[in-house]
Amino acid sequence: MAVKPEEFNFAKNDKFKTAMIPGKFARAMRTCKIWQFIRFIIINLKMLVVVSKSH
Amino acid sequence: MARLVVLGGGVAGHTAATFAADWLGKDHEVVVVTPNAKWNWIPSNIWVGVGEMSKEEVTFDLAPVYEKAGITYKQAKAVSLNPEGSAKRNKPFVTIEYTGQGKVGHSDEIEYDYLINATGPKLNFGATPGLGEGSNLGAHTVSVCTADHAEHASHELTKIMDKMRKGQRQKILIGTGHGMCTCQGAAFEYIFNVEHEIRKAGLRDMADIQWISNEAFMGDFGMGGLHMNVGGYVVSSRIFTESLFAERGVNYITGAHVNKVEKGKVSYELLDGSMGEESFDFSMLIPPFAGVGLKAYNKAGDDITDTVFAPNGFMKVDADYTPKAYEEWKATDWPRTYQNPTYKNLFAAGIAFAPPHIISKPAKSPNGTVINPTPPRTGMPSGIIGKAVAHSICNLIKNGPEAHLHEASMAEMGAACVASAGKGWLDGTAAAMTVYPVVPDYDKYPGTGRDTDYTFGEIGLAGHWIKHILHYLFMYKAKLKPFWKVIPE
Ligand SMILES: Cc1cc2nc3c(=O)[nH]c(=O)nc-3n(C[C@H](O)[C@H](O)[C@H](O)COP(=O)(O)OP(=O)(O)OC[C@H]3O[C@@H](n4cnc5c(N)ncnc54)[C@H](O)[C@@H]3O)c2cc1C
Repeated sequence: MAVKPEEFNFAKNDKFKTAMIPGKFARAMRTCKIWQFIRFIIINLKMLVVVSKSH
Repeated sequence: MARLVVLGGGVAGHTAATFAADWLGKDHEVVVVTPNAKWNWIPSNIWVGVGEMSKEEVTFDLAPVYEKAGITYKQAKAVSLNPEGSAKRNKPFVTIEYTGQGKVGHSDEIEYDYLINATGPKLNFGATPGLGEGSNLGAHTVSVCTADHAEHASHELTKIMDKMRKGQRQKILIGTGHGMCTCQGAAFEYIFNVEHEIRKAGLRDMADIQWISNEAFMGDFGMGGLHMNVGGYVVSSRIFTESLFAERGVNYITGAHVNKVEKGKVSYELLDGSMGEESFDFSMLIPPFAGVGLKAYNKAGDDITDTVFAPNGFMKVDADYTPKAYEEWKATDWPRTYQNPTYKNLFAAGIAFAPPHIISKPAKSPNGTVINPTPPRTGMPSGIIGKAVAHSICNLIKNGPEAHLHEASMAEMGAACVASAGKGWLDGTAAAMTVYPVVPDYDKYPGTGRDTDYTFGEIGLAGHWIKHILHYLFMYKAKLKPFWKVIPE
C-alpha cells in the first residue's frame, strides 16, 4: 500500500512531528479550480478592504 | 517654478515621482536621479530565479516612461546632500555621479526645493565574510535581489538540476545570510519555488532542501510574527509556516546568524550561543540591508551625515528615535509624514527611512551577537508612503510651508502580501496574506497587536493567480498606461 505523503513527512524529522499537515482533502482543495475561483473572489475582496483602510 | 528631486526610481521613488509630476503639471519640475536604466518589478525576480520568467519580462526602460510623464531623468547615483547649500550655492543641492546617458563617472550638482530620498537598500553582502564585497554578491552563493542576480541564480539552479538528473544528490540551502537581515519573505518564496520546480522535474528525491533564518521562530517575518484568521481560528504564523515546511519536506534552522560563507559551506551561530556548519551545493542567502551611504554637508562644508542619517545609513524622519526597552515600544514611535526633523524640505520614502526600532522581539546570543530580523518595508507600504510624501510636497509647493502634510504610518496601515510557493496557472500555489496594521498596536489590539478581522492567510492556487495578475498590473501601472492612477499601490 502506498504511504500517505503526510505519513512520510511526520517520520522525516522531529520538528515536523508537531506541525499541522494538510491531509488529502485539504491538499486537493488547494488546486481545485472551482473552489479556488471562489476563494480568488473572496481573497480579492478581503484584500481590497485592507487596501482601502490603508490609503 | 519649484523643483522636486526624487532619489531612486524603485517602488517608492517611481510612485512618488509619477504622482508628483501628474499633480504638479508643467508649472513645476520633477527630476528623478536613479542609477538604473530599467525599472524592475522586484517581487517577480523570484520567478526569474527559477527560470519561469525572463529578465525582460520583469523590467522595462525608464527613459521613455519619464519622457511621457514630463519627468527629467538623470541616470546617476546620488552621492551627497547639501541641505543648506554651500559656499558657492545658496540653494540646497544634491551631488550626483552619472552611471549612464553617455556621462558615466561625471559629477553634477542639482539644486532642489524639495527632495525625496527613496534610494531603498544597499545590499550589504560585505557584512558577512564570504557572502560578498560591499554591495557586490560573492562567488559562493546566489541572490534574487536584482533581476541580474536572479538570472544568474536560475543558471546555477539549472546546473544542479542537471547533476540530479545524472544521479548526484544535491543539497540546497536558502535563507538569510546574516543575523540582522530582513526580507525573509523573499527567501521563503524562493525556497518553495525551487522545491516546486524540482518536484515538477521529478527530481525531488535527489534534493535535500534546507532553510536557514535569523528569525527566532518560523513565521516571524521581521514583524514579530502575526496571528491570522484561518478557517475560523486565530492562528500564529508559526503554525502556518511550520505546516508548509513539513508538508513540503523542507528542514529548517532558526535563530541563526550566518557568520562566514565558504565554497560549499556556511558557518553560523545560534541564539543559544552554539556554533554550527551547513554544507551546500546551491545556496541563495539574502544579504542584510543598510542605507546606500549618502553623505550630508552643511553650508560651511562640515560633515552633518549624523544629523540627517541614522547610523545604519537610513534617513531620519519624524519617528521617535529615543532608545526604549521592548516593553515600552509604541505604535506612535513610527513616523507619519516622513519629513526630516532638521530640514523640512527633505523627505524619505520606502526602505530609505530609518525605522524607530525593530518590530520583532530583540534577541542576542549569550556571546552578545544580535540575532533578530530588522523591520520589513514591503512593496505596498513603500508605494503608499511614496504617494503620501508626493502629496505632501505638492501641497507645500502649491499652498506654502503651512500646508497640510499627508500621513501614512505603518502602525495604521495594512499590507497585502502574496508569497509564491510555486508557479503554474493550474498547479501553482501562493500564501495570500493580509496584515493590519503592519506594526502591531498593543494599545488598540491588546491580544495580538493586530486586527484579526483584517489579518488572514491561506495557501492555494487562487493566491498564485493573484500574484501573477499583480505582476501584470504593477508593470502596467509603472509604465503609466491608461488609467494607471486607479490601480492601488
Ligand atoms: C526578491 C525580492 C522579492 C520581494 N517580493 C516582494 C513581494 O512579493 N511583495 C512585496 O510587497 N514586497 C516584496 N519585496 C520587497 C520590495 O521589493 C521592496 O519593499 C520595495 O522594492 C522597496 O521599495 P523602495 O523604493 O524603498 O526600494 P527599491 O525598490 O529597491 O528602489 C530603490 C531605488 O533606488 C535606487 N538607488 C540606489 N542607490 C541610489 C543612489 N545612491 N542614488 C539614487 N538612487 C539610488 C535603486 O537603483 C532603486 O532603483 C521583495 C524584495 C525582494 C528583494
